[in-house]
Amino acid sequence: MRRRVVITGIGAVTPLGVGAADLHGRWAAGECGIVDGAGSCSEFEPKDHLSIKEVRRLDRFSQLALVATAEALGQAGWFPAQELPYDPFRVACIVATGIGGIETVETQHDVMRDRGAKMVSPLGIPQYMPNAAAAAVSMKYGLRGQMYGVVSACSSGAHALGAAARMIQYGDADAALAGGAEATLTAFGFACFNSMQALSPTGMSRPFDARRDGFVMGEGAGMLMLEDAEAAEARGATVLGEIAGYGSTSDAHHLTAPDPTGAPAARAIELALRDAGVTPSELSYVNAHGTSTQLNDAAETAALKLALGEESARAVPISSTKSAIGHLLGAAGAVEAVATVETLMTRIIPPTLGYEVPDPELDLDYVPGEARPLMPANGGPPVAISNSFAFGGHNVALVLRGASK
Amino acid sequence: MATVTTEQVEARVVETLASFGPDADQITRESTFEELDIDSLDLVELAQVVEDEYGVVLKGEDMKELKTVGDAVDVIVSRAE
Repeated sequence: MRRRVVITGIGAVTPLGVGAADLHGRWAAGECGIVDGAGSCSEFEPKDHLSIKEVRRLDRFSQLALVATAEALGQAGWFPAQELPYDPFRVACIVATGIGGIETVETQHDVMRDRGAKMVSPLGIPQYMPNAAAAAVSMKYGLRGQMYGVVSACSSGAHALGAAARMIQYGDADAALAGGAEATLTAFGFACFNSMQALSPTGMSRPFDARRDGFVMGEGAGMLMLEDAEAAEARGATVLGEIAGYGSTSDAHHLTAPDPTGAPAARAIELALRDAGVTPSELSYVNAHGTSTQLNDAAETAALKLALGEESARAVPISSTKSAIGHLLGAAGAVEAVATVETLMTRIIPPTLGYEVPDPELDLDYVPGEARPLMPANGGPPVAISNSFAFGGHNVALVLRGASK
Repeated sequence: MATVTTEQVEARVVETLASFGPDADQITRESTFEELDIDSLDLVELAQVVEDEYGVVLKGEDMKELKTVGDAVDVIVSRAE
């Protein structure tokens, strides 16, 4: 029988504060972390959490990853214990990013232009390489199993979780720290996304609303501690949930636009459901990719109808974390998985904030207004989907199951 | 270029190293880079500061010989003269 992958720790640093519970609790209370058209982690002060050396040597995306990791490890009971509960070579570490250390690239490019190539910092490459966050987490905690970064734009975080889950299922690892981190709120980051007209000119993230006009960029990190279910049970860990299914496909359609039929995305959802052995009617919640762009929200709605069938698609509550924190790009899939685990744990579904004017074409239940109780289908542990799609045509669906009460 | 004194160089080196992590009052001439947790990347940054400030070029092979803060200060002072 295939090994089950349970979640024993979650951590997040987001525009709604430092902590996974804050992310979900504040979102559910209707709080939006977007200010002036950006989802900045304004409550995150690196020096409060990291040493001088760590702050100097890590780009912001890696700093965010380390702090989210500390929370996830602490919750899993791995920290501050001195010894890992597993052979370090059996603990994997997969940390995704869409872009990497863009702030470092910009800063060091300025140095080169202003003071010459010889003055560029030797820390430039180790700071901005996209695997820097994975390396930092591995080194800080002595994790010696497979370790790398995952890059697939806005589905990177979800791909990291899928890759880590497969490693545990296959037996290559007994545990894995997996997630994603992103920090692209720089002048150049905004310039690039603005010139492709991807960002909301009004600075509003209102997924699925008729007035949606683009995404709002955010920053942050989400990390999850995954363990083989039997091993976790043997060490007496508290199980928060489970990665029950993973499915991933590609559009092969357009560099940035999703396939408007939603068919390839639907296939990813179907694969994830089949992987989990879950039927559409058993779903209690969908954490949508829901970017607040015209194209994504329409294609995602089409995909959900195709994958779940009209009846189940209409019945299941769907909300977008991006309505509360913006789009965290390569961290989005991981942070949204954290939010989904919290939703399954607390059984409170946060709303799609800002959703007021329905789009006649988008006719599903996007949880307008206020948070509502999550109702587990069949009375068992609740099951949810978290979707991630990306520039390049990447589609990922994760099926997450809550712990039994 | 005005003559640099050992004291000036030492103060600048300690200040630079302190910005890399260790407490300034923990850094003496006798401190080894190893015990200060100053690694090869830190030393390259130190070399950049030294070149910028004193025009002294420290190459990789020069750095390998340096074990203590005092070693570094002495090399910089001797070459700056």
